[in-house]
Amino acid sequence: MTDSKYFTTTKKGEIFELKAELNSDKKEKKKEAVKKVIASMTVGKDVSALFPDVVNCMQTDNLELKKLVYLYLMNYAKSQPDMAIMAVNTFVKDCEDPNPLIRALAVRTMGCIRVDKITEYLCEPLRKCLKDEDPYVRKTAAVCVAKLHDINAQLVEDQGFLDTLKDLISDSNPMVVANAVAALSEIAESHPSSNLLDLNPQSINKLLTALNECTEWGQIFILDCLANYMPKDDREAQSICERVTPRLSHANSAVVLSAVKVLMKFMEMLSKDLDYYGTLLKKLAPPLVTLLSAEPELQYVALRNINLIVQKRPEILKHEMKVFFVKYNDPIYVKLEKLDIMIRLASQANIAQVLAELKEYATEVDVDFVRKAVRAIGRCAIKVEQSAERCVSTLLDLIQTKVNYVVQEAIVVIKDIFRKYPNKYESVIATLCENLDSLDEPEARAAMIWIVGEYAERIDNADELLESFLEGFHDESTQDSDNPDLRDRGYIYWRLLSTDPVAAKEVVLAEKPLISEETDLIEPTLLDELICYIGTLASVYHKPPSAFVEGSRGVVHKSLPPRTGSSESAESPDAAPPGVQAGEQPAVIPAQGDLLGDLLNLDLGPPVSGPPIATSAVQMGAVDLLGGGLDSLIGGGGFTPVPSTTMPTNLGAPLGSGLGDLFDLTGGVGALPGSYVAPKAVWLPAMKAKGLEISGTFARQVGSISMELVLTNKALQVMSDFAIQFNRNSFGLAPAAPLQVHAPLAPNQSVEISLPLNTVGSVMKMDPLNNLQVAVKNNIDVFYFSTLYPLHILFVEDGKMERQMFLATWKDIPNENEAQFQIKDCSLNADAISSKLQGSNIFTIAKRNVEGQDMLYQSLKLTNGIWVLAELRIQPSNPSFTLSLKCRAPEVSQYIYQAYETILKN
Amino acid sequence: MIGGLFIYNHKGEVLISRVYRDDIGRNAVDAFRVNVIHARQQVRSPVTNIARTSFFHVKRSNIWLAAVTKQNVNAAMVFEFLYKMCDVMTAYFGKISEENIKNNFVLIYELLDEILDFGYPQNSETGALKTFITQQGIKSQTKEEQSQITSQVTGQIGWRREGIKYRRNELFLDVLESVNLLMSPQGQVLSAHVSGRVVMKSYLSGMPECKFGMNDKIVIEKQGKGTADETGKSGKQSIAIDDCTFHQCVRLSKFDSERSISFIPPDGEFELMRYCGGGMNRYRTTKDIILPFRVIPLVREVGRTKLEVKVVIKSNFKPSLLAQKIEVRIPTPLNTSGVQVICMKGKAKYKASENAIVWKIKRMAGMKESQISAEIELLPTNDKKKWARPPISMNFEVPFAPSGLKVRYLKVFEPKLNYSDHDVIKWVRYIGRSGIYETRC
Repeated sequence: MTDSKYFTTTKKGEIFELKAELNSDKKEKKKEAVKKVIASMTVGKDVSALFPDVVNCMQTDNLELKKLVYLYLMNYAKSQPDMAIMAVNTFVKDCEDPNPLIRALAVRTMGCIRVDKITEYLCEPLRKCLKDEDPYVRKTAAVCVAKLHDINAQLVEDQGFLDTLKDLISDSNPMVVANAVAALSEIAESHPSSNLLDLNPQSINKLLTALNECTEWGQIFILDCLANYMPKDDREAQSICERVTPRLSHANSAVVLSAVKVLMKFMEMLSKDLDYYGTLLKKLAPPLVTLLSAEPELQYVALRNINLIVQKRPEILKHEMKVFFVKYNDPIYVKLEKLDIMIRLASQANIAQVLAELKEYATEVDVDFVRKAVRAIGRCAIKVEQSAERCVSTLLDLIQTKVNYVVQEAIVVIKDIFRKYPNKYESVIATLCENLDSLDEPEARAAMIWIVGEYAERIDNADELLESFLEGFHDESTQDSDNPDLRDRGYIYWRLLSTDPVAAKEVVLAEKPLISEETDLIEPTLLDELICYIGTLASVYHKPPSAFVEGSRGVVHKSLPPRTGSSESAESPDAAPPGVQAGEQPAVIPAQGDLLGDLLNLDLGPPVSGPPIATSAVQMGAVDLLGGGLDSLIGGGGFTPVPSTTMPTNLGAPLGSGLGDLFDLTGGVGALPGSYVAPKAVWLPAMKAKGLEISGTFARQVGSISMELVLTNKALQVMSDFAIQFNRNSFGLAPAAPLQVHAPLAPNQSVEISLPLNTVGSVMKMDPLNNLQVAVKNNIDVFYFSTLYPLHILFVEDGKMERQMFLATWKDIPNENEAQFQIKDCSLNADAISSKLQGSNIFTIAKRNVEGQDMLYQSLKLTNGIWVLAELRIQPSNPSFTLSLKCRAPEVSQYIYQAYETILKN
Repeated sequence: MIGGLFIYNHKGEVLISRVYRDDIGRNAVDAFRVNVIHARQQVRSPVTNIARTSFFHVKRSNIWLAAVTKQNVNAAMVFEFLYKMCDVMTAYFGKISEENIKNNFVLIYELLDEILDFGYPQNSETGALKTFITQQGIKSQTKEEQSQITSQVTGQIGWRREGIKYRRNELFLDVLESVNLLMSPQGQVLSAHVSGRVVMKSYLSGMPECKFGMNDKIVIEKQGKGTADETGKSGKQSIAIDDCTFHQCVRLSKFDSERSISFIPPDGEFELMRYCGGGMNRYRTTKDIILPFRVIPLVREVGRTKLEVKVVIKSNFKPSLLAQKIEVRIPTPLNTSGVQVICMKGKAKYKASENAIVWKIKRMAGMKESQISAEIELLPTNDKKKWARPPISMNFEVPFAPSGLKVRYLKVFEPKLNYSDHDVIKWVRYIGRSGIYETRC
């Protein structure tokens, strides 16, 4: 007898018939009917009308039938809560059944029924099951706590289930331990502040023991939990690593990847001088390579992760290029990922092989893959100088194939090669020009225009060639364009050209910054965060969980442990000598080249979604260029109106605002009101720094943070070669530009410097949270000091929350996250307070008067995206205010309060 | 964690739908159908994000299995689980097909309830599952039987039940390797690697403790320290195995510390270990792999309407061994109008539908060579695109392990029962098969 027939009943009156069958006296018939109901449910038919009839079949000793009824209940209980109560008795009874399988089934199913009334009845059976003598029941009950927490978190806490769950971590049965760990991890995720998991060396030891004994899935839960632990020192980190490495030989790829995650994370804490560090590096390569022999879907997950690992620790896989060669029958998603990793691993040692492969790939069928292969050849040329010539000739060969998209892609990358090696390969221009007619993609056309423009002197008919592009010029830029960004840039050039050709020449033909060797690098802080998410969806998407997970689960930011270990300070990149930072970090550039190149490529549509620019040297340069150009245009009085025949009537307004934007970009020093700036304090006394005294303060103006410094030379010799660097800190503060002291500092001289800061540096939680450790170097020595920065420099300009949103968020943040403070001796009234705070980006959303008291509801947002909601209670006669703060990361509250104090009292 | 699991037929009709989490609604079922199964383009990724919901899918013949989630789940785990799900279903009812799924949908729901709780995978070893998910309703189990089931499902040895008895204790070991090769037309090895599996089929009574030994270089060197002459002899034949993975029954910490492979096997067939070789050029040069065949291609274009192809294959192993099921596939251009083939051995045929000449040889001994030559007539075309010349591929089966792996022993101890290692009948077999074995031409 087969079950497929249940799928085929589609006649009318079916529900009626089923009802009759469900109420039949014959057991067999009943069971048949329930099966039909489940089949209908599967295909999406609404069979909720049969609820009472199905529930009636629940009281049975036939386990198969019982399970089917339970399945039905889980689906429809929510829509029929009153009827669902009918089932409670059976559940409660089943939880007492002598058969452990039935007890477990009952508690498992009950947890899946999301009806409040049933939940109430669940507590007692669940309490018993958590302490059941049978491990099968206990492991099921452990997961049930997580289910219940999802329905009613408060209930779980009130009933003390969390403590019972914690006790299960010490259970004698490994599977119970694993499920308890899974449940606790999930609950902890929705309570980022609570110390629910309370991992300490003892509990870690228990987990590591259970790791050897439980199922493959349990091992994954435990490893993922271990990855959240922060060992207290390098020794503990090493001993955990030693016990985790055997998992690298597990047949289950997820176990392997989770083990890799733990190792990659804890490795941060190991000194590079340690023998063990080298051993660990060697041990990581084989399992990663083995993952590539798994099924294609897993290969894909593995490759996305390897892409991160190769960026973080290139040394692990640098000899393994060959395993990433593409196979003829790999699925396309595997091919594309392998290609990405090949480019990252390409080096002088293997470039010949890589090029030979890439050339093969360029003749395949899949268009995306071919394009990427061609692009990869260009990357190789830029990355490995010795290979540039071969790459160029390979690209020329490919252009000869005349396959349209290959030609276009090749031209785009040849432009980049010209950028990197100017005046070296002009001989190929002739070949490129032959293919002018076939270019129909904007990017290729832009590249070609750039090449023609750049080498105009050497191309006899450059003007003719450009002519051919002019046809569509109106569609592709200026006034007919709907894209305001494009239009404004068009205007800038147009104005520039029509006003002062000399200035225009200076701007357009200025020296271009060099092209970087690496593209599409993941921004370092994001990379570090993603390393903490190895194996998970975040590592597949290369996005932090907050980008694709709704609700509170994504809020917790994970970060790598800080490096410890004493003997490595000299070579570790974090402690590199101050000043070299800008040169050391790879200059991350958007894939299309710098801003100037970008101006030409405008018709590509949306702005380049490259990674945030870390060392903004490239970008800053370009912005200055434009700013300076415009300054001279306007300041010099050369601003002559353009004849109105070619000028749209509404030009005035957009142009004005466009210029305003540009001024914003240049920093607008001093002119605009900003946050409160504390007076300068001495940070580094001359006594401690061989005569160099540093005093300073922090400021925030129009969105940019700066460190205002005064350097005073109290020694007898001249000081020069200043440089500055920050240690990692809680909010990733880092200098956005090198410390520039233009002339050597003579004895008894002072210099004032404004050092722009950004918040894209490495993140490490400090204690106190706003502690900043700074190293300053000069020709004499390196000096260290630490200072506390006021948190309000991190309050961003768009920190005003919508009213509705505010209400919802206020309710959503649990009460234990609320903190109350008193602000004493402040005599301002509510409006004065509002406007004062607004200056520092604390926004008042609503004001209410309750029984003579003024209540201000305020919001602010920190640079790392943390929202803080505040309620400020002001009594007219009382100079003491009450400040209540609610935030998902309550550890910041205290510092927010300090910021309030500072702002209000000054 | 996994929020829901759906199974669809090739048309996108739902066959099974089980939701574990409240954040997954019925609309998720449709979203996957519309955006992935019915998508106009070929699937570009096994993970799809639609409206903040992530879908993981695998396909078995024309059946789609999709796991859905809204959280940042362990992606590797989800895929491993989907494969496991397929294994379990296959173990219960054979091939995964629409018919089989419809016929067993009640069973599948029961399995899904057991092996996934609130989206967390639970014990999914078929050996254990089959003891209590039987589709026979409730059997009147005794209390002992019940606790035996639960302790097995949750226990340390979740893959084997106690009390197994065989009259004849017997075990079979298969060393199965597949050799992958990509060679340039000039005979230079571009990439070569072996992926191997040791599959064990055991019919042993009780809870047998097994120990498996192979010619692992590290182990042999360690042992050989005492007796110098043995190192000289066996050291040559040992191979370096660095990248292997084991079935969950193997005690990994013991392998890590002592490099010994010890385990209590599941009953019946299972994959004991998986390993690769050759691709890891740091540990082993490609020279260590025995490439069973060498293909020497010669393609000459005679004018615009004719191709001359000559292919020589050479077997490269002991003359006493025989390779079987040899097949050489020589791709031909799309505009081929006719082919004439002459081969010294076996049979060769031009298959127009596959755009290839297929040359089959039943058996071939080691250290021999054979040759095929063909004349391919082409229709004149004005297609500008050049023929991409796909590589010549080869299939074969040889009775040895191309990586050089050898089984040294498999010892069985069962202290509680009265049989010893000597009483167990053991069989070992080596099969080397071609994986993707290609030579560019």
